[in-house]
Amino acid sequence: MNKVVSNVSEALKGIEDNMTLMVGGFGLCGIPENSIAELVKLGVKNLTCISNNAGVDDFGLGLLLQQKQVKKMISSYVGENDEFERQMLSGELEVDLIPQGSLAERCRAGGAGIPAFFTPAGYGTEVAEGKEVRVFNGKPHILESALEADFAIVKAWKGDTEGNLVYKATARNFNPMMAMAGKITIAEVEELVPAGELDPNQIHTPGIFVQRIFQGEKFEKRIEQRTVRSK
Amino acid sequence: MALDKVGIAKRIAQELKDGWYVNLGIGIPTLVANYIPQGIEVEFQSENGILGMGPFPFEGEEDADLINAGKQTITATKGAVFFDSAMSFAMIRGQHVQLTVLGAMEVSQNGDIANWKIPGKMVKGMGGAMDLVASADNIIVAMMHSNKAGESKILKQCTLPLTGVGCVKKVVTELAVMEIKDGKFHLIERAPGVSVEEIISKTEGELVVPDNVPEMVL
Repeated sequence: MNKVVSNVSEALKGIEDNMTLMVGGFGLCGIPENSIAELVKLGVKNLTCISNNAGVDDFGLGLLLQQKQVKKMISSYVGENDEFERQMLSGELEVDLIPQGSLAERCRAGGAGIPAFFTPAGYGTEVAEGKEVRVFNGKPHILESALEADFAIVKAWKGDTEGNLVYKATARNFNPMMAMAGKITIAEVEELVPAGELDPNQIHTPGIFVQRIFQGEKFEKRIEQRTVRSK
Repeated sequence: MALDKVGIAKRIAQELKDGWYVNLGIGIPTLVANYIPQGIEVEFQSENGILGMGPFPFEGEEDADLINAGKQTITATKGAVFFDSAMSFAMIRGQHVQLTVLGAMEVSQNGDIANWKIPGKMVKGMGGAMDLVASADNIIVAMMHSNKAGESKILKQCTLPLTGVGCVKKVVTELAVMEIKDGKFHLIERAPGVSVEEIISKTEGELVVPDNVPEMVL
């Protein structure tokens, strides 16, 4: 089944105000940067964004925050973004902070038909407020529910016309689970190849989870913390 | 003299055991990787999706797709493996990782830890810390004994929003190594040249002090 769309604007068709979007990536690593730029251009507002981080002030999801396009963020760590912190502390932006492993599992559960699960993470903290607690093997766990999104936007290294995806190194992160949990999943890839070119043994996300795929025009791949050692 | 950050990292590195998989948090914990005792093999897990984290890359060899949980560019060791975030936390929650080292703003004598939020002032988020502390059997906290105002961060009870309850087993500060058991801190070692009196005066929580408190050997 051919999932290819010709460009980013065709890929993002149907994204409207007030929708919930999942956006893959960890920090600035493995984010769908072409799609984020297009969302800024589209000017869609009141978005709920589910993403591990919120980018930095001038890149990643930070670009949507600058334009006040985001109503609510569901994330685990947002410490790299001053504008985010300002909007959150002033109450302009609704924020739901979730333990990282619970966030990953909630996305996976959403895509896997598991409505909720118990995890020990967050027990005894404000994350547990209002959640059912149950003891398993002598240890308290809290009930966390699945997450789904109107659109999931993920970024992969390579993809084929069937929507099969391969990620590179730690740019994989949240992308595979979010790809599973979108009602419509858009994959932005660095290299789009014909079906049959990817080794079926090596595919990370099966194309069944992907509805639209396109090759990104350019990837800046900005590095957040450049750390090196001398030779 | 009180230890610097490197000293704290060196002392924590002495806790590493051959064959362990270890998760290091951001800040001082990251430095622990530089001081693995000779003759043992450990492998570092970073929760963003790598097992087999190597040193920082040489200049010019940075790869934007290869970072640690602190978003720093890293390298992968021979035999390393990449995986997604759900798999990563399956390793952590499933207790396949033997040691977690992380930083803290406060710890309490029953092993509670706070490190993700100062209400009204700073909210960075918990990242993977809540999953890590709720799951790991063996948690060492690397932190400073007091804050900048000189107030103890080794407390009877945490004042900040908690990251986890009753989970911390050991704390290494610039002054001391302490174990937490039976709802009390137990002084195990002191930093070279640091007196027991100084540690007592800077510890708000209940501290059990044995007759002889050896100096750390770094």
